[in-house]
Amino acid sequence: MKKSVNDFIVRFANVNGTGSASANYLFAKTIFRMGVPVTPKNIFPSNIQGLPTWYEVRVSEKGYLGRREGIDLVVSVNPQSMAKDVQSVKDGGYFIYDSTKKLNPDYYREGIHYLGIPMMEMSNQAFDDPRKRQLLKNIIYVGALVKLLNMDEDTIRDLISEQFEGKKALVDANNKALSLGIEFVESHFDYPLPFSLEKRNLLENKILVDGNTSCGLGAVFGGATVMAWYPITPSTSVAEAFERYCKEFRKENSGEAKYAIVQAEDELAAIGMVVGANWNGARAFTATSGPGISLMSEFLGLAYFAEVPAVLIDVQRAGPSTGMPTRTQQSDLMAAAFASHGDTKHVLLLPATPKECFEMTAESFDLAEHLQTPVILMTDLDLGMNDHVSDPFEWDERRTYNRGKVLTAEQLENIGKFGRYLDVDGDGIPYRTYPGTHPTKGSFFTRGTSKDEYAAYTEDGAAYKRNMDRLTRKWDTAKKLVPEAVVYPSTNSSDLGILFFGTSTFSSEEARDLLAEEGILVDAIRIKAFPFGEEVEQFVQAHRRVFVIEQNRDAQMRKMMIMELDCHPQKLVPVLNYDGMPITADAIKHQITTYLKQENSASHELSKTSV
Amino acid sequence: MSYLKPLFSHPKLPKNKIGYTLKEYEGSLSTLCAGCGHDSISAAIVRACFELSIEPHRVAKISGIGCSSKTPTYFLGNSHGFNSVHGRMPSVATGANMANKEMVYFGVSGDGDSASIGMGQFVHVIRRNLNMVYVVMNNGCYGLTKGQDSATADQGSISKSGHVNPFQAIDLASLAIELGASFVAQSFSGDKQQLIPLLKAAIQHQGFAFLNVISPCVTFNNNPGSTKSYDYVREHIEATSVLDFVPHQEEIKTQYDEGKSTRVELHDGSEIQLNKLSMDWNPEDRVSVVSALQNAREKQEILTGLLYINTEWKDLHGTLNTTKTPLNRLKEEELCPGTEALNQINIGFR
Repeated sequence: MKKSVNDFIVRFANVNGTGSASANYLFAKTIFRMGVPVTPKNIFPSNIQGLPTWYEVRVSEKGYLGRREGIDLVVSVNPQSMAKDVQSVKDGGYFIYDSTKKLNPDYYREGIHYLGIPMMEMSNQAFDDPRKRQLLKNIIYVGALVKLLNMDEDTIRDLISEQFEGKKALVDANNKALSLGIEFVESHFDYPLPFSLEKRNLLENKILVDGNTSCGLGAVFGGATVMAWYPITPSTSVAEAFERYCKEFRKENSGEAKYAIVQAEDELAAIGMVVGANWNGARAFTATSGPGISLMSEFLGLAYFAEVPAVLIDVQRAGPSTGMPTRTQQSDLMAAAFASHGDTKHVLLLPATPKECFEMTAESFDLAEHLQTPVILMTDLDLGMNDHVSDPFEWDERRTYNRGKVLTAEQLENIGKFGRYLDVDGDGIPYRTYPGTHPTKGSFFTRGTSKDEYAAYTEDGAAYKRNMDRLTRKWDTAKKLVPEAVVYPSTNSSDLGILFFGTSTFSSEEARDLLAEEGILVDAIRIKAFPFGEEVEQFVQAHRRVFVIEQNRDAQMRKMMIMELDCHPQKLVPVLNYDGMPITADAIKHQITTYLKQENSASHELSKTSV
Repeated sequence: MSYLKPLFSHPKLPKNKIGYTLKEYEGSLSTLCAGCGHDSISAAIVRACFELSIEPHRVAKISGIGCSSKTPTYFLGNSHGFNSVHGRMPSVATGANMANKEMVYFGVSGDGDSASIGMGQFVHVIRRNLNMVYVVMNNGCYGLTKGQDSATADQGSISKSGHVNPFQAIDLASLAIELGASFVAQSFSGDKQQLIPLLKAAIQHQGFAFLNVISPCVTFNNNPGSTKSYDYVREHIEATSVLDFVPHQEEIKTQYDEGKSTRVELHDGSEIQLNKLSMDWNPEDRVSVVSALQNAREKQEILTGLLYINTEWKDLHGTLNTTKTPLNRLKEEELCPGTEALNQINIGFR
């Protein structure tokens, strides 16, 4: 195997509920502290204890943060999945296993290296308490990796001290387990392995954090005071983070809370509470996943028609029911964009990093109140529940909340007749009042349809149509207010473009480099919102073919582009991934090159078979 | 249409303590059927708010979908109203209440809206003891879709088309008590004398106040054989007590016999004075209330009046220990932790 530095993939195969998560995190965080770009991903079952779980860590000196194919090293501590895990190692790779029990001969395979470490036995000898034996077994293999991969020992010991601050017995026990692993490698194996680590300073002020924590924090900074939610993986930790930060920053000295969090009886109630609170002038939000979006659809439609702000964080996951839904996808796009009955369209924001989760959550409250409509932040399990290297969170001290067009009692005194649904400014956004503003002016009755400009009940079709046309004007205004797409430099150098969003970003960027290595130059654009701004339309117009990269079966973003941009469907080529695992650069490159080969061969008279 | 409203009002209309006449508490013209029980309940709400001298804009009216849910348009025209989603009024009211604890929240619902599609939300808003008045205008049928049986229709009750309801009825008042509602009353749209003081007490009650009001549907469920018709209800009604609502600092005028009368003091110092008609019932003892309701059911009576009250349980704001200032009035300097705090958070993620 060729020697390489800071460029490999390690996969840990564990049993759910055995404390492996904190050991694996320790491994990833050490690499982060060594200043080397690292991307850990949890692949976990719908289970609390007993089923197989994997933790995949990619290390990339070049800073590629997406997934890649080919696992260099597997740490296998789960007999259940061992047969599969052995096969997952790439040729020439390494397989570390617990040699307390002899390895089943069925698991021998040509072309890979086996490193047996009697972790369980070592742990049993060193520690008395059965629970500790199980937990510290994981630290033993991390200790082995310290030597095998040339990790910085001081860094990892510092992290252990930080993690168990004030609990000396635990710090000592973890250090002891770590040393056991280190010493075992020193006396049994050659080290380091051909792929290993070297300290760098590539991360500067970057942070390592998950998207859900970032969303929860963004809601605190964005001024949310009411949260209503219903537990659902993978969104639950958004609520937990919001509560944690509220407890830290939003308590009076008396202990009174400047927030209200209600765990609702279901998602219907959660969104109902959000709509009620926003209607009454508080910034309120909910977090959910696909099934929640389905249940919330009726309310989302009402909020759209009644023009009540609402913020919803959709941490997307694979399809219905249980099991695969602990895997990632970008498959709620259409369900969210067009949620509900009647003519409805919703504003979507598409973050790609924890920093954007933070910023866009905060911004979504401004947008929702400015536009008086629901705003849905589309993140996913990969972004939400995995730690990502991210630029640090930023907050401009001078930033103020945009509460939208809300009339005060004084303004109501001076404007004559108040019309809740009058388009005074021509941007489709009317003025609203909070309940309780003025004793005799500004009250109105909120309902879905059947109203005129003054919110009086009417079933007049002309009034309905006027209102719908105004909502279209408002949608056009939204296009100018939502975050602009990022057009990558050196664009318009090719007649080919790639378009991507959210967690497909890093793999797409890497795929662009891989394609360039083969002489295929593509321009790139990352969209951050729906509806699409002018720049998206221009990008599509300027290219012969645009590959739309997304993580769902039905090419949902592509369809939304066809609908909204009125472009020829043939122009937009789907590049898809929907097996529940984050999309890889290799998969993107393969689909694009295959398409181009077929296109080429189709344009020649002699047909070629392309593989 | 139930009635036509005069365009002008008499200059000498009596005013309440804050200088408003009854007119300021009225709403738009009702579009319900003439004689609909719901309109009488709307009128009672107007009267109760007027007499309590509540500023109209300090009230929010929230409803679901159905005939009953249309009524918030027909009372308190100077209040904000929200005709929301079928069966989901409780969640909208919960959110609104969380945003501003200082207003009076009227939730108006029907038997379809609460006992069927909205049963889940009805149950959970009770658990949370949300500070609101929850009125069910209960007519045992779906009026707006032309007379189908609802879940509160009694077993054996005959509909206008002659159909006999084969299913057990859901008794919302019993259920509310069972679930821990802190104020439960039952009344009849045709009994203003009882309904108005009950509404006043419900408004002043700090917590979830549930009023199940039998409100006959004149068009689809007022026929012989129906147990929700005007005639049937009048014949089978049985009151727990004669009730007076005595606002804070007002003199208690009515005198009842010692031993038969009970007083319940509310949070704001006002009092409910009850002259009990049934001696083995005590509105502060849940067991006695449940057995009174069961006994009434055995005798095919409809027990009305205040059924149960508990003034000690915390409402949702109390449970969540929210700050005194309504959350919707907090400004960003009180909400946003600021740049320096964020820098510290960043350090924690390195």
